[in-house]
Amino acid sequence: MRDGVPSTSAQSALTRLRRRPEAWLLVVILIVGTIFSLTARDFLSLPNIIDLLETYSVQAIMAMGLFVVLVSGGIDISFAATASVAQYCAALLASQLGLPAPLVIMSGLAVGAILGCLNALLIHYVRITSIIATIAMMSVSFSLLMYFSGGKSIYTLPDWWTDRIVFWQTETESGDLVRITLPIVAMVVVTLFTWAWMIRSSAGRQLYAMGGNAEAARRIGIDIGRLQFVAYGYLGLMAAIAGMLQAHRVGESVPNAMYNTELAVLSAAVLGGASLTGGIGTVPGVLLGIVLLAILQNGLNLLGVSSYFFQIVIGITILASTSLTVISSRRGRRHRILAEAPANG
Amino acid sequence: MTDSVPFLRLRNVSKTFVGVRALQDIDWEVKPGEIHCLVGENGCGKSTLIKTVAGVHPPTSGTIEIGGEEVLPLDPAKAKALGIQVIFQDLSLFPNLSVSENIAVDDTLQNMLMPVNKPAMRKKTRAVLERLAFDLDLDAAVSDLSVAERQIVAIARGLAAEARLIFMDEPTASLTRAEVDRLLAIVSRLKADGIAVVFVSHRLDEVVEIAERVTVMRDGRKVGTWPVGEVDQKKIANLMTGLNIDNSIVARDMSSAEPVLEVKNLTRHGEFADIDFTLRCGEVLGIVGLLGSGRTELALALFGMHRVDSGTMALEGKPLTLRSNRDAVRAGIAYVSEDRLGLGVILPQSIGDNIMLAVMKSMTNGLGLIPDKSCRKLAGDWVQRLAIKVPSADRAVQTLSGGNQQRVVLAKWLATKPKVLILDSPTVGVDIKNKQGIYEVVSDLARQGVGIILISDEVSEVFATCDRVLHMRGGRILEEEVPGRVSEHDMEERIYA
Ligand SMILES: Nc1ncnc2c1ncn2[C@@H]1O[C@H](COP(=O)(O)OP(=O)(O)OP(=O)(O)O)[C@@H](O)[C@H]1O
Ligand SMILES: [Mg+2]
Repeated sequence: MRDGVPSTSAQSALTRLRRRPEAWLLVVILIVGTIFSLTARDFLSLPNIIDLLETYSVQAIMAMGLFVVLVSGGIDISFAATASVAQYCAALLASQLGLPAPLVIMSGLAVGAILGCLNALLIHYVRITSIIATIAMMSVSFSLLMYFSGGKSIYTLPDWWTDRIVFWQTETESGDLVRITLPIVAMVVVTLFTWAWMIRSSAGRQLYAMGGNAEAARRIGIDIGRLQFVAYGYLGLMAAIAGMLQAHRVGESVPNAMYNTELAVLSAAVLGGASLTGGIGTVPGVLLGIVLLAILQNGLNLLGVSSYFFQIVIGITILASTSLTVISSRRGRRHRILAEAPANG
Repeated sequence: MTDSVPFLRLRNVSKTFVGVRALQDIDWEVKPGEIHCLVGENGCGKSTLIKTVAGVHPPTSGTIEIGGEEVLPLDPAKAKALGIQVIFQDLSLFPNLSVSENIAVDDTLQNMLMPVNKPAMRKKTRAVLERLAFDLDLDAAVSDLSVAERQIVAIARGLAAEARLIFMDEPTASLTRAEVDRLLAIVSRLKADGIAVVFVSHRLDEVVEIAERVTVMRDGRKVGTWPVGEVDQKKIANLMTGLNIDNSIVARDMSSAEPVLEVKNLTRHGEFADIDFTLRCGEVLGIVGLLGSGRTELALALFGMHRVDSGTMALEGKPLTLRSNRDAVRAGIAYVSEDRLGLGVILPQSIGDNIMLAVMKSMTNGLGLIPDKSCRKLAGDWVQRLAIKVPSADRAVQTLSGGNQQRVVLAKWLATKPKVLILDSPTVGVDIKNKQGIYEVVSDLARQGVGIILISDEVSEVFATCDRVLHMRGGRILEEEVPGRVSEHDMEERIYA
């Protein structure tokens, strides 16, 4: 009836691209990046970029997990607390009991996954809305952590945990050392896996379907309960990975080190086009959201601007980029009727 | 399987929602490979019956047998595995996914760890759409489609899967004649393949055209099942409602009345061009045309939802420029959209709240508050006037049957007492008795001086309500007719030519 006309299909691909939040985000990143590289000399240097990547790898990994939950139509505020708990438990096992590396890592991951599944349990079986359930879980698990740890950090992490793992390194002309380290590699692996999983696997597509219309998903026979466990469990797992990597980077386990990163990660995901009502968002988008966040923070830092100002800029960027997306998607819709209909005299 | 063994058998099935007995002691069977129509007034329990068999709602009591075997407890996955497919009345699509992912969604339901085979899904989708002879962009998101296109996607999804019995809950509600004919042809072909179809529709002409047996329901009970040879449209309407219903032509000559809305050379590039007409006070002006003739686009422009590229409008002689639908509402133009469920109501809110939404301003008292009493009265009045079937106006709209939800939307706009009322397919999915009710409300409003534009593709509906009819095709007005001066049959021929 309409569409499918060859001459318009290239055009429609372009309009479709214009309506993707990723496209706009990329434009914004390029603009902001150019401004900073002109004003702050070090900004575009390779060491600075690699350093940025490593700094934000922990948040990027959590963002991947959060992305999955957002797509499923839920939200999770508790992942930073989960990351802290998983990290601290693993650190205790390693420093107090001296357990071997594989066992410590497995236990850390298990703690994360279990806390995630507990969220799913509250949401699916007890039917508490996800934001309430996870806010409650965040307070409970973080307070328990502070209570039992007494807020004391663990400095005696074993060497296998704190030693830098370098996959590749090179020296720049100016003599700076550039290293591709474990956090960067972990971030790349997690991102690629999440991407492939959400786009290509049945579970991924079911999560998108459920986020789009949960009742319809139930009616066509999708197991909603199981998917909740998959989504929140995956985020728990990602949080645990992020938590242990964070301890790896700083060489110690500080119970409240990751406290308050939730909102930054959530803003990055939303910036990247993940919808809070579910069903919409892409991995590259979320990654670009993190990149923009990193660039803004680092660039403003290099320029010596206060960190409060950074928060303001983030807020404005979220508003600007989301409204741009909405406006451009509105303009794209116009039904073609006259073009194909036979003209009547 | 012989003809006498039913594929589906319900015994004493009852379903009670909080406070509502939706189904009572239903005994019903569907034979393999038969075309079975299910009819009844809005809210009589048709959709509930379907959802019970599809495993969406567990029955409160009774038994369900499929292929001779007891199947309760049912869940949607199990019902599907037993060969039951449903095209739901609310479509139940995934707006965020593409056309092909919606239609071939079953391919993603297998093992959670398996990769999905997108080329296979596209191939399957293309094959089904070809069967329906409908061309859609496979990668378009469903949220970007028109209502009719969405309906096609829902139908295609029902046809794409392997099934022994397909329930179609008002599949033709937002389709026009050409698509309906194609669907009916497909249904006959399904029968030839031994697949049974249960077809729900409020268009009784379709029912008698296609059905082999007809089951009539009333107030949650089954009235009976008849071979189609033993009943005709009149008889069915009578069994459904207990009334005898006749349509007669009402066209009046309104050319001496004051003009209320004058439209000159209205054009929106790509959608419609050179639209000229004058709507007079108290006149009911029909606009008929096929799907995609530009009638809905024109309505959206008249309501300020879409900007026009050129042309002028005047309301009561004063020039009218609409920058948004707010301007239109302020000027006294109301619009009941074709996509009522998408744009018209807030499902989780109560009927009263929904009706009040549009008239909030006029109801606020000096303190800026809305007195609870007048709110209740308003809701109660409209519930009664449109015969909305509910225990109370406090009910959330989403618990109503499909046809009753539509009446809530209608009430919401009628309550604004507009000068110009645009109704886009106002009786789609409304049962035959209440169609009459809505026609009465329309002519009532017209008598009070409201100018009404009624968009429809049911010629009989236009003939029963309108004083003049514009025929649109390809974004232009083709001709103007007066019901009675041209016969219903001739008009239909011209539209579907
Ligand atoms: N989820 C629900 N909760 C409460 N009541 C419900 C629910 N679903 C349906 N009902 C009630 O059950 C009755 C039957 O509704 P149903 O949707 O089956 O009607 P229907 O015959 O399909 O009508 P229509 O022709 O308008 O689609 C109605 O009175 C409706 O209000
Ligand atoms: Mg129904």
